[in-house]
Amino acid sequence: MEHVSFLVTAVVITALAFDFTNGFHDTANSMATSIATGALRPKVAVAISAVLNLAGAFISVAVAKTISGGILDEKAGLKPQIVFAALIGAILWNLVTWLRGIPSSSSHALYGGLIGATLFAVGSHGVHFDVVMTKIIIPAVASPVVAGLAAWAATKLAYRMTRNGDEQVNRRGFKYGQVASSMLVSVAHGTSDGQKTMGVITLTLITAGTLAPGSNPPLWVILAAGVTMALGTYIGGWRIIRTMGKGISDIEPAQGFTAQSAAATVILTSSHMGFGLSTTHVCTGGILGAGKGRADGVVHWSTARRLGYAWLLTLPAAGLVGGLGVLLADQGVWGEIALGAIGIGGAAWIYVLSRRQKVDATNVVDATPSIAESAPTVVTPNAPVAA
Amino acid sequence: MKINWSALGSTFGMSLLITVAVVGAFCLGMTALSRRTRTTGGAAVASLSAAAYVSFALCASAVGYGFYLIAHK
Repeated sequence: MEHVSFLVTAVVITALAFDFTNGFHDTANSMATSIATGALRPKVAVAISAVLNLAGAFISVAVAKTISGGILDEKAGLKPQIVFAALIGAILWNLVTWLRGIPSSSSHALYGGLIGATLFAVGSHGVHFDVVMTKIIIPAVASPVVAGLAAWAATKLAYRMTRNGDEQVNRRGFKYGQVASSMLVSVAHGTSDGQKTMGVITLTLITAGTLAPGSNPPLWVILAAGVTMALGTYIGGWRIIRTMGKGISDIEPAQGFTAQSAAATVILTSSHMGFGLSTTHVCTGGILGAGKGRADGVVHWSTARRLGYAWLLTLPAAGLVGGLGVLLADQGVWGEIALGAIGIGGAAWIYVLSRRQKVDATNVVDATPSIAESAPTVVTPNAPVAA
Repeated sequence: MKINWSALGSTFGMSLLITVAVVGAFCLGMTALSRRTRTTGGAAVASLSAAAYVSFALCASAVGYGFYLIAHK
């Protein structure tokens, strides 16, 4: 019993740590364009986003009941060790991509970690690969395309409709529109991603026998998940904000408005239809489309290509760390402690690397971004495990 | 493996349609506001204002419906 409660405590703390990285990784999704166009000052933007993420966490807990949305066979032997290793994998991948300024999907990192850890611990019958295909892979490919097309069409329309308009009216209008659409994305993010952490913690408590099966997340879990994500959002993943705000395309307020409107719409319609998708992919797609939609718009396809590679790597990379991690955690208490130490050590190491070339609220909009530039050192995701 | 193409397709179509509709309504409102700055005469100004408010209200209700959808999941 002592042993279980140690592991459960570790999983809860790790889940909140993941929630935190999820928050700052995804600030860019809602706020990068508003920051880049100057519609909001950087610190104000992250503060608004933090509050809305927190509010979003309280709107719904419907998705939080299943940890994986049917991706895993939760009866095949899901145990706290798997969740623990999955979270470590997801956190490390989130940090590596943050260091390099890559907006990658936090949800994919979590799914990747869970799939990898389950494969290594239980075997392939623990994973429903058909659900992985229909609920993760296909939406991941389709959603940026939809968001991109919608943003492209909306941008064309917006510029055509307002080209003879009063300049001052246009500027103010698009500025407010952009801020409003960014706020909507923030709320949607708080709801969808906040619930993932709640689900992880709730399920772990159920597996440990602390909660009855099928329970809703207790209030303290909702609070803790919401507040941690809001804190992470407020810290702001400035490296990623720089890439999304300036690196993909040079965005004007009208484009920020259309990109975020498209993103919010795609997120809401598809969650209504039951496709769980990545806010990151959708927002990036929206920015690409809006960048292309302006007559003299420029899209930096080399950056977009690198993001594409990182997205492809997310599931396997987090999965590999999760898989190796669960092998270690299965060795007993010392293995669990070692895995925790690797997680903390890896995170600290990446943090130290990030200090060499700081990006924060003060320089997020003036630096010319390219992913290659913001990468001081090449870090391989599985290095901390091998060490 | 069964892929629900019709759900995928309708998500695709609905997303496109709603985005363009909301952005269009918003730009319509802005066009009305732009015209208002160039118009003199009480009735014309009033009707342009009304048109702008209706357009923005349409956008706001789309956003409100979005929230409603999240809250009832």
